[in-house]
Amino acid sequence: MTFISLRNVTTLYSLENVSLDIAEGELIVLLGFTGAGKSTLLNVVAGLTEYQGEVYFNQQNMNGIPTERRDVGYLLQDIYLFPHLNTFDNIAFGLRANSCPADEITEKVEAILALLHIGHLKKRYPKDLSGGEKQRVGLARSLVMEPKILLLDEPLASLDPATARNIRKEFKALHNRLNLTTLYVTHDFTEARELADRIVVIINGELKQSGSAQDIFCQPAPEIQEFIAAAN
Amino acid sequence: MKRKIFRKDLLFLLPIFIFLLLWEISGCIAQTPLFPPFSKVVTEFWFLLGNGILLKNLGASLARVLVGYTLGCLAGLVVGVLMGLNKVVERSLSPLIGILFPIPTLGWLPLLMLWIGINEALPVTLIFICAFFPVAYNTLTGIKGVSEEYIKAARTLKASSWFILRHVMLPMALPNIFTGLRLEAGMVWRTVIAAEMFAISTGIGSLLINAESLIRVDVIMVCLVLLSLMCTGFERIFLWLEYKTTGAWR
Repeated sequence: MTFISLRNVTTLYSLENVSLDIAEGELIVLLGFTGAGKSTLLNVVAGLTEYQGEVYFNQQNMNGIPTERRDVGYLLQDIYLFPHLNTFDNIAFGLRANSCPADEITEKVEAILALLHIGHLKKRYPKDLSGGEKQRVGLARSLVMEPKILLLDEPLASLDPATARNIRKEFKALHNRLNLTTLYVTHDFTEARELADRIVVIINGELKQSGSAQDIFCQPAPEIQEFIAAAN
Repeated sequence: MKRKIFRKDLLFLLPIFIFLLLWEISGCIAQTPLFPPFSKVVTEFWFLLGNGILLKNLGASLARVLVGYTLGCLAGLVVGVLMGLNKVVERSLSPLIGILFPIPTLGWLPLLMLWIGINEALPVTLIFICAFFPVAYNTLTGIKGVSEEYIKAARTLKASSWFILRHVMLPMALPNIFTGLRLEAGMVWRTVIAAEMFAISTGIGSLLINAESLIRVDVIMVCLVLLSLMCTGFERIFLWLEYKTTGAWR
């Protein structure tokens, strides 16, 4: 069943008539060069940028609905943990912003800390966290809000290959467990192949091909062949 | 370890001790009321403390500083935040602040004497001006320095604009705000003293100018030492507050 539906989405500089249907619980990897419009597409879904066209969540038109009412979790590329809050408070931020009772906050934060194996980091400030730890805390901060949709913008781009591989595995397991509808931006083919239920290739703001990893890499559309060749 | 710290403290106190010793010796040799020895200044300090003159004048200066500084900081904070949040307010007020900020605080004194008259409101207004501009400017810089991405992150966590201001923007602007507060914490004492010397009959500044007319160098020196302590003390309080509020995460 379609959960997110984008209809002819166009933005001022990046996207050109993008239409895409995403099923509930599906993990879509958006693949493309830097500047192709992948992050802009996430911003459109999150309601963080102006656009033309229509965005539907569960058949409800989201045009004009602000970010804070869209029920999306968004892990930005550089994570942007709040530097003045420790891990616990960073994760609890959204719950506090929504007036969640204190005991419920503690319960939820402790649960997500345990789920992501970061309980030992709860009193540390972002300046004392490694890149991988920051990614986990950022993910915990998004997940604790129990969003229906998770948006991840190149979350592993700044990590060394070994840490990225580990987090990727953990994330895939977590996604299967929570069944979150996810849009995952990357320009890394390995990441796309390992994670995606479906890969969507965006080139110069246009959606060029959508399909399984096998479709994309074994039977690429003509423009994608060029993209794959350039990336290799 | 303890011994090492003790030695460090001694090293820090040594120049002060040598300075006071030299002062004492020179004062005893000079034998003139224009350069009293340190011991005479200490005696005078105890005398002025005992008869209440010092506390009365210090209290008057302190009250002016606290009222003017608090009002100036609060107004600066509000204006800085409004300018940081709203481009129209920033564009409207920036030229005005750009023109008024560089005027030395004491430059306002003659004008304010004519406008306000010689009363308690004069030093308070001067201190208000002294505190207002740097705090407003530094708050603006701090608020504008908060990356848009943090705001985006907070919005995706369903935070309202008011919550983002209180829990993201203001805390992240704190280092800048404290720079403004700390810079002016000492300056307001210099300002109140100047105002009291020229226009007000109570306060440490007034005590200083009266001592000058009576050629009481010992009293002048008591006041100067006290001023040095107050300026340093005020700056240290804000340094401590800054450390307490931002030290863990910076």
